[in-house]
Amino acid sequence: MSLDKNLLSKLAVGDKHGEDSPYFDGWKAYDNNPFHPEHNPQGVIQMGLAENQLCSDLIKEWIKANPQASICTAEGIDGFSDIAVFQDYHGLKQFRQAIAAFMEKARGGRVRFEEERVVMSGGATGANETLMFCLADRDDAFLVPTPYYAAFDRDLSWRTGVRIIPVECNSSNNFQVTKQALESAYLNAQETGIKIKGLILANPSNPLGTSLDRETLQTLMDFINDKQIHLVCDEIYAATVFAEPRFISVAEMIQEMDHVNRDLIHIVYSLSKDMGLPGFRVGVVYSYNDSVVTCARRMSSFGLVSSQTQSFLAAMLSDQIFVDNFLKEVSKRVAKRHLIFTEGLKEMGVSCLTSNAGLFVLMDLRQMLKDQTFESEMSLWRIIINKVKINISPGSSFHCSEPGWFRVCFANMDEDTLQIALQRMKHFVLRHRENKKRKSFQENLKLSFSSMTYDEHVRTPTLMSPHSPLVRT
Amino acid sequence: MTRTEPNRSSKSDSENSGGGGGGTTAMRVIVPLQGVVQGRGGLFLGSVIPCAFFYFLQFYLKRNRKNEPDSGEPSPDSDPSSGSPDPTRSQSVGNLTELASLPRSLSRILLSPRLSGGAVSVSGRAGCVIKGGDSPYHVGQKRVEEDPYDESGNPDGVIELGSAHNTKMDWVSEDPGEAISDGLCMSGIASYEPCHGLIELKTAVAGFMSEATKNSVSFDPTQLVLTSGAASAIEILSFCLADSGNAFLVPTPCSPGYDRDVKWRTGVDLIHVPCRSADNFNISMLVLDRAFYQAKKRGVRIRGVIISNPWNPTGTLLSRENLYALLDFARERNIHIISNEVFAGSVHDEGGEFVSMAEVVDTEENVDRERVHIIYDLSKDLSFPGLRTAAIYSFNESVLSASRKLTTLSPVSSPTQHLLISAISSPKFVQRFVKTNRERLMRVYAELVKALKELGIECTRSSGGFFCWVDMRGFMSSYSEKGEIELWNKLLNIGKINVIPGSCCHCIEPGWFRLCFSNLSERDVPVVMNRIRKVCETCKSQN
Repeated sequence: MSLDKNLLSKLAVGDKHGEDSPYFDGWKAYDNNPFHPEHNPQGVIQMGLAENQLCSDLIKEWIKANPQASICTAEGIDGFSDIAVFQDYHGLKQFRQAIAAFMEKARGGRVRFEEERVVMSGGATGANETLMFCLADRDDAFLVPTPYYAAFDRDLSWRTGVRIIPVECNSSNNFQVTKQALESAYLNAQETGIKIKGLILANPSNPLGTSLDRETLQTLMDFINDKQIHLVCDEIYAATVFAEPRFISVAEMIQEMDHVNRDLIHIVYSLSKDMGLPGFRVGVVYSYNDSVVTCARRMSSFGLVSSQTQSFLAAMLSDQIFVDNFLKEVSKRVAKRHLIFTEGLKEMGVSCLTSNAGLFVLMDLRQMLKDQTFESEMSLWRIIINKVKINISPGSSFHCSEPGWFRVCFANMDEDTLQIALQRMKHFVLRHRENKKRKSFQENLKLSFSSMTYDEHVRTPTLMSPHSPLVRT
Repeated sequence: MTRTEPNRSSKSDSENSGGGGGGTTAMRVIVPLQGVVQGRGGLFLGSVIPCAFFYFLQFYLKRNRKNEPDSGEPSPDSDPSSGSPDPTRSQSVGNLTELASLPRSLSRILLSPRLSGGAVSVSGRAGCVIKGGDSPYHVGQKRVEEDPYDESGNPDGVIELGSAHNTKMDWVSEDPGEAISDGLCMSGIASYEPCHGLIELKTAVAGFMSEATKNSVSFDPTQLVLTSGAASAIEILSFCLADSGNAFLVPTPCSPGYDRDVKWRTGVDLIHVPCRSADNFNISMLVLDRAFYQAKKRGVRIRGVIISNPWNPTGTLLSRENLYALLDFARERNIHIISNEVFAGSVHDEGGEFVSMAEVVDTEENVDRERVHIIYDLSKDLSFPGLRTAAIYSFNESVLSASRKLTTLSPVSSPTQHLLISAISSPKFVQRFVKTNRERLMRVYAELVKALKELGIECTRSSGGFFCWVDMRGFMSSYSEKGEIELWNKLLNIGKINVIPGSCCHCIEPGWFRLCFSNLSERDVPVVMNRIRKVCETCKSQN
């Protein structure tokens, strides 16, 4: 006999973890039928996972050339005992120094990071949650510009009880967040008695793949300073910026904007995206607020980075030559991949949001929707998963305000697989277009046999807009 | 009649493991007082008078505490190895070390620091976490970091006898046989792998846990969820089994870490159920029951009871009868049992029998297995706390499912998983390691107890784990928490040894100290004894 579920907490039996959402159907489809070039060429191609496999060869080369960095090799085993027992939540000094140095390099050496402020956490996931625990109490809220990283719902809210207040952005200005939108969201929240403790966003953005320009950053910082609320900047894609505007960290802006209260500024970083080391679970909380550093550091006991990982990374990230080369290669390879993919899509008449960073693009499939609703978006998405056999992420999972946008990841596979994915998309898009033409032609045929008085209002099928009620795809 | 520790959730959030919480202090006055009163007025008056006194004291303290910060100095959080602040660093970094010396009256200011601009509030829970760092537990730790003992390099440094490290087991000398690998050369090692543990690792851990129970239980790897450390494991279970505002019963003395692991972020409270030296600190089911009903009357929902076996800090092993009684209790009250078995592999008493909750649940019918959740920690038995791997073992599929999802927030890294798979999959190595560990602990424990006895100091019989629960009541200037803290200060500053005072473990009787011996070799024992002797002589001359 199974124990009554009432004996468990609401958290345990609830679904705020988000894993029951339809968004995960794509993952399940992939897990059940994963693509493999030889063993399963008809399988589902995973393009829903923002993983960076473009530079793993560089890491592997470094590992081979530096066996002493690992405590498991003959060269490194002497350090095993000391590392194995090290569990100080401050972290290894050389690790913190190496992380601070790497973060500086990823920002072109334009800022200085202090190792005393580097606090570990279990991945960026853990870092975001820890900051919420530090900055907000249950039922307080954070503003988040849409579209935003889907897992924020879990990371920011699940255990903390902190509410997310979306700040709507739309495609008319490429989803850039505006002062108006911020003020409006803030005011609405205040009117309903919700206490806003801060603003959190990813820069570069996931899923947009864009980095914030100077003016927007200034707007944001003036806004939070004016309201005296916190700003949390998740900069985990910092090194993937490959085109203008160059990456500007909030750390750089602080240097210029003296009047902004530094106690409000907090950065989240991780090596999962820039370095392609998600399995290492290295998350960093970097705060300019001493109380937050103290609190986050104590909470890091719940998610310390393994000392083995700290020791390895301290060695690797202190290798200046390796790091300089790596950072150069990352942005070069991401740029190349981005170009191949976006050009490929362009050839088939599919456009993407103009982006300069990240491991993905936001594909514009609004034209392919039956109607401009999220239901249509979900139907189109299911077709892409089940028929086209590509796992991509629908904009609704990112709380996008407009239906028809899909995030597609391009850095977690080799080029051949990418080409196969493009082929499948092409095939689908062209067939879809043909079907549409055929249907609207058929519709026209029906109409032309009906009342003649409407003749002059009937347009040719090729000019038929997707919004026209006469078109049924 | 014995009394139970009242629910401390009604007090301000600033209560912490070592701070002089009014409840514990008051109880330490009541317990001896009760004995006196009972002698005169019989059972009834002997109970009513202390009750009345106690409740009025609580009421008074509660009213007054709302307006005062009642914790001590904030704990410094700067990197201890950095020494004094570098003048070229930013001013606010300098402030990180200055926080250490801020006087008590300024502790409230920390809630809204004014370091470089307007007042900014962090969360209420951050405020509690920051203030909680001033307990003897943290202060002692910091002293050790600043001035660590080293046999040759720093012979006058502070000897760490506080935290549960097992630093004397050396993997390399134990010779795992084949080379251990962290899988760094495998493709996909850096990819996302299940945060709650690869099945190969779970299988290896299940095997290790069986070894620790001398193969009386076979653990099912699919019922394991791995996470980055025991703190995280306990926190995850707290989130799964209780809602904010609920509480767990915890017999005391208990691990100082529960205040952090259970309470900090979950909103769940702990209700301490005191055990007494007269009973050898054994759990009284009567007292447990009373605590349950008192909480219920106050409107606090109890969700479970947390036990540890071997017990932290006393080192006692719970008998089969104890475990059955606890299971019956849990079933009748419809609550969970969290059995913290992190020291299962460190049973050093040859006559002692460690019985895991899993074994009892396995062999008994009519037991609600789904109430039972076990915590295990590879770091304790395998001597590598740095690698951050602990396990939740549960018979409840809903708990396992929720826990797996929660490990995304506190995961075990891929290289560590591969290292562990490679290291502990060899049964011969595991057996040899566990045996060597036990023998070493046994030798050091025996030396230590003998030496303490020569100084006139007794301890409870410890059969497992890394601790000696030492009776130093005779050396206090006054039989009170104040006397205990004074003695602790002497041990730290004169004796230069860091031990954990009983108040951090919520022990109701002052004068007991937790001494961790797993860091010591037999050679270190005389050094420690000399230090203790020095302090004892100082105390005797002062008293």
